[in-house]
Amino acid sequence: MSTGLEREPSVEVTEGDLEALIGDRALARDDHLNAPGFVIRPDDVQDVLTDLRDEAGFDHLANLTAQQYPDRYESIYHLRKYADPTQEVSIVVPTTTDEPVSQTAEPVFRTADWHEREAFDLVGIDYEGHPDPRRILLPETWQGHPLSEGYDQEKPQLVTLTEHANPVQPDHHDDESDTMFLNIGPHHPATHGVLHIETVLDGETVVDVDPDIGYLHRCEEQMCQNGTYRHQIMPYPDRWDYVSAGLLNEWAYARTAEDLADIDVPEYAQVIRTMGAELCRIASHMLALATFALDVYGDFTAIFQYGMRDREVVQDILEDLTGQRLMFNYFRLGGVAWDLPEPREEFIEKTRDFLDGLPAKVDEYHDLLTANEIFQIRTHDTGILEPEVAKQYGCTGPVARGSGIDYDIRRDDPYGYYDNLEWDVVTEDGCDNYSRVLVRMQEVEESAKIIEQCLDLLEDWPEDERTVQSNVPRTLKPDADTEIYRSVEGAKGELGIYIRADGTDKPGRFKIRSPCFHNLSALPELSEGEYVPDLIASLGSLDIVLGEVDR
Amino acid sequence: MSSEQPRQQIYDSTAPSTDTRDSRIGEGADDRFNSKLREAFGSTPFILTKFDKFMNWVRGNSMFMLQFGIACCSIEMMHTYAIKHDLDRFGAGVPRASPRQADVMIVPGTIVSKFGPRMKRVYDQMPEPKFVVGMGSCTISGGPFQEGYNVVKGAEEIIPIDIHVPGCPPRPEALVYGIAKLQERIRNGESTPVVVKPYELEEFGDLPKDELVQKLADDIDEEDLVMRYNWADSP
Ligand code: SF4
Repeated sequence: MSTGLEREPSVEVTEGDLEALIGDRALARDDHLNAPGFVIRPDDVQDVLTDLRDEAGFDHLANLTAQQYPDRYESIYHLRKYADPTQEVSIVVPTTTDEPVSQTAEPVFRTADWHEREAFDLVGIDYEGHPDPRRILLPETWQGHPLSEGYDQEKPQLVTLTEHANPVQPDHHDDESDTMFLNIGPHHPATHGVLHIETVLDGETVVDVDPDIGYLHRCEEQMCQNGTYRHQIMPYPDRWDYVSAGLLNEWAYARTAEDLADIDVPEYAQVIRTMGAELCRIASHMLALATFALDVYGDFTAIFQYGMRDREVVQDILEDLTGQRLMFNYFRLGGVAWDLPEPREEFIEKTRDFLDGLPAKVDEYHDLLTANEIFQIRTHDTGILEPEVAKQYGCTGPVARGSGIDYDIRRDDPYGYYDNLEWDVVTEDGCDNYSRVLVRMQEVEESAKIIEQCLDLLEDWPEDERTVQSNVPRTLKPDADTEIYRSVEGAKGELGIYIRADGTDKPGRFKIRSPCFHNLSALPELSEGEYVPDLIASLGSLDIVLGEVDR
Repeated sequence: MSSEQPRQQIYDSTAPSTDTRDSRIGEGADDRFNSKLREAFGSTPFILTKFDKFMNWVRGNSMFMLQFGIACCSIEMMHTYAIKHDLDRFGAGVPRASPRQADVMIVPGTIVSKFGPRMKRVYDQMPEPKFVVGMGSCTISGGPFQEGYNVVKGAEEIIPIDIHVPGCPPRPEALVYGIAKLQERIRNGESTPVVVKPYELEEFGDLPKDELVQKLADDIDEEDLVMRYNWADSP
């Protein structure tokens, strides 16, 4: 296993250090359950964030939450460290209701670009100095900001169907060279759903790429804000990253809400969760592999079908466990819905059979895919993502690990039962499409190791200690104004959720930090200057799911 | 038809029968099964009935699917195409990447405002006769996202749907069953009248000049195609 970049030991930054660093730019404190929070003025944003990044090592802008209170707007920058994600700090930037203008953070963290566009789109905060202040999820012609107060959902809206203009034509047009504008998507087999990529080509070379998202913006945040904590929210996470990663997503919500409402989870349930989640990871990575082969050589016959074959087996196991093939809805706050299916031995044996067959299958994939010369030529040294760039865009998961960033929430900010098990974080330092595929394939093997150990534990668990759920009150009403940001390692990377409780049984604000959103925003870095086919390969290797990008 | 004068019928206008049809299923409803041949020759000569029957049988047994993925349901759709469920066994498993080569479109997922016009365009690009299978609760009503500000309350608001397969997501077996049902209907030559269809692509200039249109007047050209969503009227 490659070691990648060496993990630098991160210096613990205490709250005192932070206070000293921010100094009198901090107007007040607004602590969150997960991190100390500092309120600053809207025109100090770049200043403070730069200091935090350069002096204190907070190099990861994990999330940006925008929300409206009756008397003000607020943007919250959630910062943490790649070297140690348990060190967190929240920077809260309030703006007035009449003039919601705040300084942009884009020059400090590239990823703020898309985040601030989203905040403008959905909540209506303007970011001064933003390089590209357009809507991102909703159509350009949309009226109003749906997550702001007093938005009327019943009002009619108009959406246009027009041709897109070539954005670089004016400066690239002369007698010798001309550029061509190419729309990829929103209905296109290589975009893995409904993504639209506005591409400008100069010959075969890509000169400009602009992913246009929002074709699957299903108002997930609104839906979660309308649901009660106890049962109504849990079905939605299944539908964010819908590539069988359901349990991983459910865990993100479970972890956040459990920490928010202070709920314990029995150890036995944690083991089941860990096992289920890793099964999901295998299924999800198999699909990534299968569709990647489809993208790179249009291989619908061998690898795609092999991937599907193996997913069927995993889905069968998950169906036995949860009752559904895809949308599991199996986690509950405080545990899981039910115990392993009876007869237990049969379930355990079935899962073991799958794990026993896995190494041979992985070898087969290596033979067909990674050892294939055409595949190597297509993927080696294409789609380069340097670790520093990846960090700027907030990339996580296999994409970051393929660039040598040793970052995995399961190990660095442990939850569930991962801490007590033997497994490794996989990194590769090739930074190219090939490394990302390798990382996924090795992660399948690591997941198998985890499941194996969970099965051993489950098999020997004393019968009278098999509690699957702790006691949770029927209605949960966390205290008003408690805020929390928590994340788990989803199939695609750091999947985080921010919740602000408002004293009722529904969240006041529910914000999803989607790893795919960040990973996709790095696409221009991967593909500009390369050939069109490499753009498709890079997109495939990012392994995005539009349900999670658009939410 | 009376058997005394079959020849005239062939040259006569088809207007009478079209009129009855229109009054029965509403004007402008699709006439997918009323082939050009029938328009030209008039109705019901023996040969053409047999030919129509034959055509329907052929159509039902060789359906080219549009490779069209939208949301979660498309994952189950992929499984339906792939091994184990293998939709191809039923003569309906060739996914085509281009709408111009497809006759069946499975709509597998949630349709949101931004995607509506695009989907309409893809549907319009498919050659006649074309059929649509709505997969999942989202295409029926918006499903779990029905109350979302951005979600179209069912695919039928935009394009006509022949078969609905409920579920969230439907199992591959359910989709196979839905497609088998569609094939059965095609073989029997049944067509579906269009039920609800309030959202159309129109030129911006043709819209009534209400508040919203006036506000956008500077941003949109008169000739641009637009789709207007009247959320308050949605079911
Ligand atoms: S019906 Fe359910 S599974 Fe299908 S697209 Fe809608 S939410 Fe996803």
